[in-house]
Amino acid sequence: MEAFEYARPASGKEALELLGGSFADSEILAGGMDLISLMKNYVLSPKRLVNIKGISEFSGIRSTQQGLAIGATTTLQELIEHKTIAADYPGLHQAADAIPSPQIRNMATAGGNLCQRPRCWYFRNGFGLLARDAKGNPLVPGGDNRYHAIFGNDGPAYFVNGSSLAPALIALSAQARIFSANGWREVAVADFFRTPRNDNERENVLQPKEILGEIVIPSASKGLRTSTYEVREREALDWPLATASVALKMSGNKIEKASVVLGYVAPIPWQAKEAGDWLAGKTLNEETAAKAGEAAVQGAKPLSGNKYKVQLARVCVKRALLAAGRA
Amino acid sequence: MADYKWPAAENRSLIGKRISRLDGPLKSSGRAKYSFDVNRPGMLYGKMILSPYAHAKVTKIDTTAAEKMPGVKAVTLIWEVGKEVQWAGQEIAAVAAETEDQARDAARAIKVEYEVLPHLVTDATPQQAGADHSKQLSEQKTGDPDPAFAQAAATIEGTYGSPVITHCCLESHGQVTEWQGDQLTVWASTQAVSNLAGEYAPAMEIPAGNVHIITPVMGGGFGSKFNSDVWGFACARLSKKSGRAVKMLLERDHELMVAGARPSIYAKVKVAAKADGTLVAWKSESWGTAGPGSAGNPTLPYVFRPENRSSRHTAISTNIGPARAWRAPNHPQMALITMSALEDLAAAVPMDPLDFFLKNIELTGTLAKVYKEELLKAAELMDWKKKWHPRGQMVAGPIQRGLGLSLHTWGGGGHQSNCNCTIHPDGSVEVSLGSQDLGTGARTVIGIVAAETLGLPLEAVKVNIGDNHYPASGASGGSTTVGGVSSSTRRAANNALNELLAKVAPSLGGDAEQLEAVGGVIRVKGDTSKFLPWKQACAKLASTPITAAGQTSKDLISSGVGGVQMAEVSVDMETGVVRVEKMVAAQDCGLVINLKTAESQVYGAFIMGITYALHEEKIMDQQTGRCLNADMEFYKLAGLGDIGELVVHMMTGPGYDDRGVIGLGEPPVISPGAVISNAVANAIGVRVPTLPITPSKVLAALESKGAKA
Repeated sequence: MEAFEYARPASGKEALELLGGSFADSEILAGGMDLISLMKNYVLSPKRLVNIKGISEFSGIRSTQQGLAIGATTTLQELIEHKTIAADYPGLHQAADAIPSPQIRNMATAGGNLCQRPRCWYFRNGFGLLARDAKGNPLVPGGDNRYHAIFGNDGPAYFVNGSSLAPALIALSAQARIFSANGWREVAVADFFRTPRNDNERENVLQPKEILGEIVIPSASKGLRTSTYEVREREALDWPLATASVALKMSGNKIEKASVVLGYVAPIPWQAKEAGDWLAGKTLNEETAAKAGEAAVQGAKPLSGNKYKVQLARVCVKRALLAAGRA
Repeated sequence: MADYKWPAAENRSLIGKRISRLDGPLKSSGRAKYSFDVNRPGMLYGKMILSPYAHAKVTKIDTTAAEKMPGVKAVTLIWEVGKEVQWAGQEIAAVAAETEDQARDAARAIKVEYEVLPHLVTDATPQQAGADHSKQLSEQKTGDPDPAFAQAAATIEGTYGSPVITHCCLESHGQVTEWQGDQLTVWASTQAVSNLAGEYAPAMEIPAGNVHIITPVMGGGFGSKFNSDVWGFACARLSKKSGRAVKMLLERDHELMVAGARPSIYAKVKVAAKADGTLVAWKSESWGTAGPGSAGNPTLPYVFRPENRSSRHTAISTNIGPARAWRAPNHPQMALITMSALEDLAAAVPMDPLDFFLKNIELTGTLAKVYKEELLKAAELMDWKKKWHPRGQMVAGPIQRGLGLSLHTWGGGGHQSNCNCTIHPDGSVEVSLGSQDLGTGARTVIGIVAAETLGLPLEAVKVNIGDNHYPASGASGGSTTVGGVSSSTRRAANNALNELLAKVAPSLGGDAEQLEAVGGVIRVKGDTSKFLPWKQACAKLASTPITAAGQTSKDLISSGVGGVQMAEVSVDMETGVVRVEKMVAAQDCGLVINLKTAESQVYGAFIMGITYALHEEKIMDQQTGRCLNADMEFYKLAGLGDIGELVVHMMTGPGYDDRGVIGLGEPPVISPGAVISNAVANAIGVRVPTLPITPSKVLAALESKGAKA
């Protein structure tokens, strides 16, 4: 990796002062699970790392009037062990708990899980965020795209978002709280992500001098049922091929409201709105769950080598719904 | 006098028992020093610049900027201007610097210019690759398959195969080098300690005797670590230039790109049987790539030799990277192709494949009896007859189970090994030989043989290996180590003992012929009252130790084993995810020296085999010519949660032990791909034609089956 400066500020304000005006100037370090390997492979070469792990305002899990606030530097292990999360938001707990391995769960942070860079082997082999050849032609459509997007892949981005937590948080209508010189601003986690249109854009709305400080989940209401289901090739250290997180407002067996969000299928966590809308008013059973899975993949447009992911997404939705119903 | 023949079963105190490996505590506590762990005073770090192109001519190499980088102490060229590189990852030049990061940065500062040439990195068929890339390697014909097909009751046709995979040694290739004057020391991660000096000597222009190779432990080779390699010589040159020790072990991406690959082999097969299951004819057209060379030449069909058979193989030259011997070269691919086709044929007859294999067992030749015993043993351990169901017979729900089986064979034999056994006057014993322990348990086997021969406990013997200052002893390849080192050790220890018996004979009745070493004493055979404890006996040596030599002894070893494996898998029909529930091996390897490490070899092979059956593939991008998964994130290896229940049964006792020692490195890794592929076909009712059996391929196979139905 290139040489870099390392800063460990004690406050959010101090951290902002250390952050540069462009992403090339500085990167925010928390768990470092993704950033350090990108730097070692010269994919990213920031001039300065600003470590926010020692900053108390971005740490810890606390109950607020708005709901449960999860500090960005909360480790996945802390999140998994949190009793309220396990009891009230099993879909989020499951999403975190499925992330391998113990070493990663002990170091990786909730904020880092949301901000990690795309899982695209062209990007990670130095062909740029949008994976293009020297002439500017995209490499993914004609290359090996078995792990790439089946939604939102009209270009120029074909990668998948690699956050396991994001779909669960979006299903719960969580808010991302972003800290900057102007103080705190809130944006729905659903709106936090965006598909970059050029190599200078990132996969989320954070500006170079902004920090994702906290994630707030609305208090669990009566009848909330959540679940996350993922399919992956290996039990050992591996990325999901697809995930689905669902949040249902149930009245008995009946679904009043449903939110269905897919992971690892698009450049952003993918909200399957059609499935959610269709589920409203239905009784949850094997048949409606299967139909919701069908609805969720209606708009899928697989690339040359990832048609199987459509089926995986379909099954993830069905199984997540059935599991939520059993919970 | 003691006889060097292996002791009879009732006289074995250590041989054939389950004995923990001598270096287990050192390895599990992190104290074992691998080449990666060697740190010399003032040591520098070496890094290389690699070609990003799969096929290109180097037009310029400029190291000026790199030489001026902070911490850089030496730069050396590996490639030449004007020479064509044939794969991405080809080493161009190397630097040595004070820190690893400085070396990495400096290697990147070397400016290399290329004239980029067309490349082929896809795993193409001969038709796709074209005549320029295709070369017919072999053609064989016995009998006449065509008329036999015409008369057969059941005939199937299919395409089967497996892609290029890598060795992915957990300790990557490389070494630490250090010079003192014109003496070179190399701490090498190698499978060939005694051979490397002969490679370094001419390259460094010094006598071979000036080269000291040290490998006390090493972290996996699997056939990819027989040579010094360009990085070995580059490292030695960097050391020479800088006057400092240099450590240069490959980065993980480099390891996966160039440091070893198993050729792909695919085959179009037609095979037929009579209504009673008798195999009558085989025909296959196979192809595959080993990179620019033409390694990988299967003999098909595997193990079974039907009366009428013909086969042809074409090698496809590509820029996919260089191939190296991969644990049982050709055999895993041959087993996959043959056993898959035979299982498909059995399903078409239709017949339980266990009955089908038994029906045709005589077509396996001299090992037929071994295979038959192993099939019955494995079937018992798998509970085959109870669990097996005809292909396509489903249960309710998305999870389907299936069983598969396969047979395999391998040579073994013993490499040329020299061993010295020294008995000191204080009673301590050392055995020394140059060979290495790749992690197989060779060190422990040597200790067991020496201790058994001398009638001592294992801990009384000091085993010195992995150093070319010890007597020359072969490379570890082709399952030849255990045969070589066990027989040379047996002879050396026996010879040393006989010298000792001659020295102590005057104190025990005068006749050395009547003496034996048992249970820590030298005693007169048949007279338990006349003995000397080992230490007192050795004291008779006064001040001069005994050192006796032994060599590989053909009458203590043998060659040619048979093995049977079975797998039970479950497949999620909705996601295509395959889980291995259980694997069973019944394996012959002659006389087992250490049952525990023998079983461990098979467990390890199972895990390696599950990995290549379900996950492994060197994924290449034709657009860029690059390997896309040269990391351990997407070059996927099975972990603990992926391996299921593993059951190993070593075939021992009369009929096995009396064949002498035979190697076990290769055999157990041959069948896992075939058994898992067969079990998946049995579970889901359709063949997934190629490895690895990923969810994508399972779903595609199910879809094609649905389309046909």
